[in-house]
Amino acid sequence: MNGHRFTLAGAELCVMPSGALWWATERILTVSDLHLGKSERVARRGGPLLPPYDTDETLARLENDIAATDPARVICLGDSFDDDLAARTLPDMARARLLSLMAGRGWVWITGNHDPGPNGLNGAQLAQTALGPLTFRHVARPDSAPGEVSGHYHPKARLTLAGRRITRRCLLTDGHRAILPAFGAYTGGLAMDAPELDALMQPGAVAVLIGPRPSPVPMRPAGRLRNTGRGS
Amino acid sequence: MTAPPSALPPVIADWFAARDWSVHPHQHAMLERAAVPALLLIAPTGGGKTLAGFLPTLAELGANPAPGLHTLYISPLKALAADIRRNLATPIAEMGLNIRVEDRTGDTSQTRRRRQRADPPHILLTTPESLALLLSYEDAPRIFAGLERVIVDETHALAESRRGDQLMLGLARLSALCPGLRRVGLSATVEDPPALAHFLAPHPDPCAVLIADSGPAPDITMLDTPTPPPWAGGGGRHAIPAILDQIARHRTTLIFHNTRAQAELFFRDLWLANADNLPIAIHHGSLSREAREKVENTMVTGGLRAVVCTGSLDLGIDWGDVDLVIQVGAPKNVKRLVQRIGRANHRYNAPSRALLVPANRFEVVECLAALEAVREGDLDGEPRGPGARDVLCQHILATAAAGPFNADTLFAEVTRAGPYTALSRPQFDACLEFAATGGYALRTYDRWQRLMQDADGRWRLRDPRIAQTIRMNLGTIVDAETLKVRLKPSRGGAPLGEVEEAFAATLTHGDTFLIGGQVVRYEGLREMVVEVTRSPAREPRIAVFTGTRFATSTRLADRILALFREGDFSALPSHTADWLALQGRVSRLPTPERLLVETFPRDGRHHLCVYGFAGRNAQRTLGLLLSQRMEDAGLAPLGFVATDYATLIWGLEEITAPANLLESNALTAAFEGWLARNAVMKRTFRTSAVIAGLIERNQPGKRKSGRQATFSSDILYDTLMKYDPGHVMLDITREEAMKGLVDFGRIEAMLARVQGRIDHIACPRATPLAAPLFLEAGRIPLKGMAEQRLIDEAAARLMEEAGLGQAHAHHAEKGV
Repeated sequence: MNGHRFTLAGAELCVMPSGALWWATERILTVSDLHLGKSERVARRGGPLLPPYDTDETLARLENDIAATDPARVICLGDSFDDDLAARTLPDMARARLLSLMAGRGWVWITGNHDPGPNGLNGAQLAQTALGPLTFRHVARPDSAPGEVSGHYHPKARLTLAGRRITRRCLLTDGHRAILPAFGAYTGGLAMDAPELDALMQPGAVAVLIGPRPSPVPMRPAGRLRNTGRGS
Repeated sequence: MTAPPSALPPVIADWFAARDWSVHPHQHAMLERAAVPALLLIAPTGGGKTLAGFLPTLAELGANPAPGLHTLYISPLKALAADIRRNLATPIAEMGLNIRVEDRTGDTSQTRRRRQRADPPHILLTTPESLALLLSYEDAPRIFAGLERVIVDETHALAESRRGDQLMLGLARLSALCPGLRRVGLSATVEDPPALAHFLAPHPDPCAVLIADSGPAPDITMLDTPTPPPWAGGGGRHAIPAILDQIARHRTTLIFHNTRAQAELFFRDLWLANADNLPIAIHHGSLSREAREKVENTMVTGGLRAVVCTGSLDLGIDWGDVDLVIQVGAPKNVKRLVQRIGRANHRYNAPSRALLVPANRFEVVECLAALEAVREGDLDGEPRGPGARDVLCQHILATAAAGPFNADTLFAEVTRAGPYTALSRPQFDACLEFAATGGYALRTYDRWQRLMQDADGRWRLRDPRIAQTIRMNLGTIVDAETLKVRLKPSRGGAPLGEVEEAFAATLTHGDTFLIGGQVVRYEGLREMVVEVTRSPAREPRIAVFTGTRFATSTRLADRILALFREGDFSALPSHTADWLALQGRVSRLPTPERLLVETFPRDGRHHLCVYGFAGRNAQRTLGLLLSQRMEDAGLAPLGFVATDYATLIWGLEEITAPANLLESNALTAAFEGWLARNAVMKRTFRTSAVIAGLIERNQPGKRKSGRQATFSSDILYDTLMKYDPGHVMLDITREEAMKGLVDFGRIEAMLARVQGRIDHIACPRATPLAAPLFLEAGRIPLKGMAEQRLIDEAAARLMEEAGLGQAHAHHAEKGV
């Protein structure tokens, strides 16, 4: 498998082609923003009737990564479900697939803004968790200690290469924190030059483009340290 | 000709007489046939069509009509509705008729719209979208009670798009609400009047056709310029001195361009050369409404000597003072050219004067072919396909918003609409199922229910509150995603127009670009608005617009190839004849029976150029097919560009045996499998998904946001392809893509024509005929292996430039 390795607060991490984060020495697999049950929630609320296959697709991606890494522990960084009801009304098939993934390994559900309540599943449900030098939470805190791993923003990169526009999900890291891309099938993204992300990431931040071979590019174009606030 | 006294009421006859105007024969005929249930009038531009359409209404309503809606007038343009209102007001007042005329479009205020629903005018002027909205209200039967006539203006233009499908479904609904409703279509000259009548007819009843005298032949020539057109690209700037001279010698000139970008460039240079300060303006669909209205109003009052414009002025306002039409760039389609020419001299029986300005040397040939076709009255056009089923899905939802319906009744009703006469019951049921439950193969959730059946089998909204969402999403025009452009608030904040999001994404602070004839500087993006300041920069970038571009018609392409085969270039200016001769020496000229293919290196890439002459859309499909075959063969194609006559593909590897790529059976076999994966399908899917209601453009009480909550329609497409390949939306997408964007039929026709006779010429550099392709907009990138190769190369370079090379380089190895 192709991955991109980097170091965060002394931990050797690897960005996988799916957008998951693999910590080999601790055998921890981290995924963020699965948004399971999104199409169901949209339909329930009178929105468009989206194809009801997103949960299957997201679980299939997770099964792939778990089969490839056999993690001792899986951390879901929040917004694992599109809302609390989606967690409780997960279809039987999907629930069975999830339970078989959880069997025999540790599982942490970090709570997110979409799924703050109890999800009725096994595993630990926590607001955040610290493991060695790393702290895992849903939304990055501006004042966090080094070694923060979070999700929430669904960062994506837009590049113009050889006259073409390329849009990819990406993981942002600056040596202080890492912000994971959304893992779920039906997820959009926030451009990495958005002010929210710009404010969080230090100069020299890197965006690792998700794809068959995750590749790092500078988060900000050469010659610009931080956004001046004029927009970009 | 004298009309029978019964047909022309004295008050109208007197009004014509007082103006010393004569009633045209077709205007008489419309009065005589006022009782015909469905009638299509085909008359040249300037033939007084609109008045012909309204005369029966004025005659029937008379001096003191009873209250209630009598005539509904539908036009494709909001501006046209407003203009007709003004133009009708004068004769109605002067004839002393007590008739109320109002327009109702997206621009009409809420208050006024509410009042119109409660107390409709005698004549209501509106657009297909506003009609669809009116029909979606529960009180539609009351609003339209007593409606006698419906007039569809510019029927030929509406029939070219989904808006016509939507309108005909609306008319079917109206005919059900108002038995005895008569419909009248008004159309410019078309190549196949019976086909247009079929489109308009209330099936199974027919629609009669009335063809007006076509008037005198137009006075049309190619503009002779001292400077020859450029070898490539163009926009007609070489002709600016000659065009300025023509503007000075006419009252009002319309200068048509094929694209907005070219109109912008041309206008800027025209303005710079305008030493006499003649009042000249620009008008196109990406300018702000304020800017366009200002031009239209100045035009009407005779304050402009010339307007540089695009298809945005193909329809609409009668500008009697236009005495010259200049078409810059090849016209692509003879029918449209004839209609544009008609914009000059809006007086019946006066010849229209028009000039063609080829923008580059290839277009000289195309213009010559078009001139011959106009002289011979050889109009072109492709047959209209069946009505779009995504529009039907929307119509079903809109019908449910108006009230419960019976499926059998609705099926009978929609198949009375011309575009849907061939719709099968299973096709209808699939659309109904889609509207009701999403129509997915997976049936596990009861939440997927927008419509449900009540005890007596009628379909109704599960939640009446979604009627508002349905109404907010009515309409069949799905634009490319655009961002508004305005001056910074400190500089007045005036809206200038819009650019496509894809173009905006490539701008960085300080970049300059052209919009509305001004050079502006990109200052930043604020709440999804591009903020700019005026800039004195001399070399601005050009905003790329991917708006509708028409393919050169089969008939015109055939004429060009025939011209090449004859090899007689004596009718061409010497510069073009020399250029073609050079192409003949360096490579060779395409002919109808053989397919010319060239390969050459340029800018470190290998190029392949295929001269299929199959029209822009088919050439693009050929590009997608060939590049897929190249990808499979490991030839790492990077992208391609297609014009009406050729496809140019570039990649990282040299093509040594192009004939293998073009092998007919392999191409056709590859087609089906390929169709599913390409970008054109994804674009078509997005449009269909928006129209059918799978993607909502607008939601009540929600600000439009491009943030995490929304995700790309590509994801939905990929998901359906993977989990539900038989889904009706994919079926609809295939059908819509085949209609226009894919146009595989023309590739098959081309392959059948050349029968494997392929001439491959390997050249050391780009050939004269290939050169224009390098300046074409609309390059299509390919997401194959080459893209990953580019990312790999660029990633290292970008990291190095940002001084981050050391920190991360040693990690970019294979991990896990």
